[in-house]
Amino acid sequence: MNDLWDGLVRAVWLIASFDADLYEIAWRSLRVTGAALVIACAIALPLAAFLAVQRFRWRRGTIAVLNALMGLPPVVVGLIVYVLLSRSGPLGVLGLLFTPTAMIVAQVVIIVPLIASIAHQSLRDLWAEYHDLLISMNASRTQRIAALLLDGRRALLTAALAGFGRGIGEVGAIMIVGGNIDHATRVMTTAIALETGKGNFALALALGFILIALAVAINLAIHALSRTETGGRW
Amino acid sequence: MVSALLPLRLTGAAVHRRGKRLIGPIDLMLEGQGLTAVIGPNGAGKSTLLKALHGLERLSEGRIAWACTRADALRRQAFVFQAPVMLRRSVVDNLAFPLRLTGMHRTVARVAAEEWCARIGLAGMEGRAATVLSGGEKQKLALARALITAPELLFLDEPSASLDGRATREIEALLSFAAEAGTRIVMATHDMGQARRLARDAVFLRGGMVHEQGAAPAFFDAPTTDAARAFLAGDIVE
Repeated sequence: MNDLWDGLVRAVWLIASFDADLYEIAWRSLRVTGAALVIACAIALPLAAFLAVQRFRWRRGTIAVLNALMGLPPVVVGLIVYVLLSRSGPLGVLGLLFTPTAMIVAQVVIIVPLIASIAHQSLRDLWAEYHDLLISMNASRTQRIAALLLDGRRALLTAALAGFGRGIGEVGAIMIVGGNIDHATRVMTTAIALETGKGNFALALALGFILIALAVAINLAIHALSRTETGGRW
Repeated sequence: MVSALLPLRLTGAAVHRRGKRLIGPIDLMLEGQGLTAVIGPNGAGKSTLLKALHGLERLSEGRIAWACTRADALRRQAFVFQAPVMLRRSVVDNLAFPLRLTGMHRTVARVAAEEWCARIGLAGMEGRAATVLSGGEKQKLALARALITAPELLFLDEPSASLDGRATREIEALLSFAAEAGTRIVMATHDMGQARRLARDAVFLRGGMVHEQGAAPAFFDAPTTDAARAFLAGDIVE
């Protein structure tokens, strides 16, 4: 109980004193996950809409695989990205290992299936509603996908936030490909793991509370900006 | 000079689903002007026939022939569903949507949409979410959205089912206006009064087949088959 209390006090102190290290790693966490989220959405949302409107042979299989990949173990993703990016790996020449870029790559791999699956679930229902109308209006495949993405934006926001949640709290993959290097690739989660390992529970807990607060604040801010729970039902 | 859309000729058309024959075989020809009422008991295949004509339902047998190419024909017709499908957008965006699909510029489409909005009595509600409109307003919006591209052929699947008198009258006024402007209309309806008021000819479906067809008002006054006579008299026909 004492540790928790100490952690809380420490957290408030760190924030109030504008601790440079804290703000640095918090900002890096946000940047890495934010970039990963933007890239992942750009891949996952059109993919989800495509899977909703297009019938093809391996469609069911693709959806089943996406759903299964939601549970992809981050450590394994980290390991695979590590092998690909390492000096002797196929992409070694790029020199990306132990950089924030490598961390972004790993997080994209982790959250794309999650966002695509959740988005597909809701877009499929929307498509069932729109199907006859859009076919009747002779909309092209691109126009159908655009209409679904535009009109399903609230549900897609939920999918994106789920992806953000998974990314910002993820430690296994970015630890491996980022290396938790101070002032280079250290982020909130890897710092927590480090401080815990050193037995520095108060600091670890303080960082943990700040991470949770950060995630909640981002979610609330996005909800407020998009007015999700006010106005119309969609 | 664009080639004409009609006549539309349906030959030996049938639609099967899961081994069951929904309609057919049907031979039907659509041409000329005015409104054709498709009437018949529930399950007679009115909706399926309309959807087959519109291309939403794939024919299992037979063929459908337009006077122009199929792609061209699909572009020049519209369909209003029994349960109006509202896009999750504002009223004006719903109206502008078919125009935007044809590549029309946003502002031009918006002007046309606002014009139609006023014409169907929804002026002042442009920014309202279409999904929260009343049933009658939704159906008017769906009809206006179908008419906004000035289709040459319009299908309606029971446009005024479950609407009250005033909403029905507004729908019928829009239909009469469109018909006078030269839109060929095919409408499935359960409302015999409505069929009499609007139709130039009628097709009576029974058991997925065309049982009788003829020009109005002769068809309504003196149908030749027993089933059509009984149906028009209000008896239960299966």
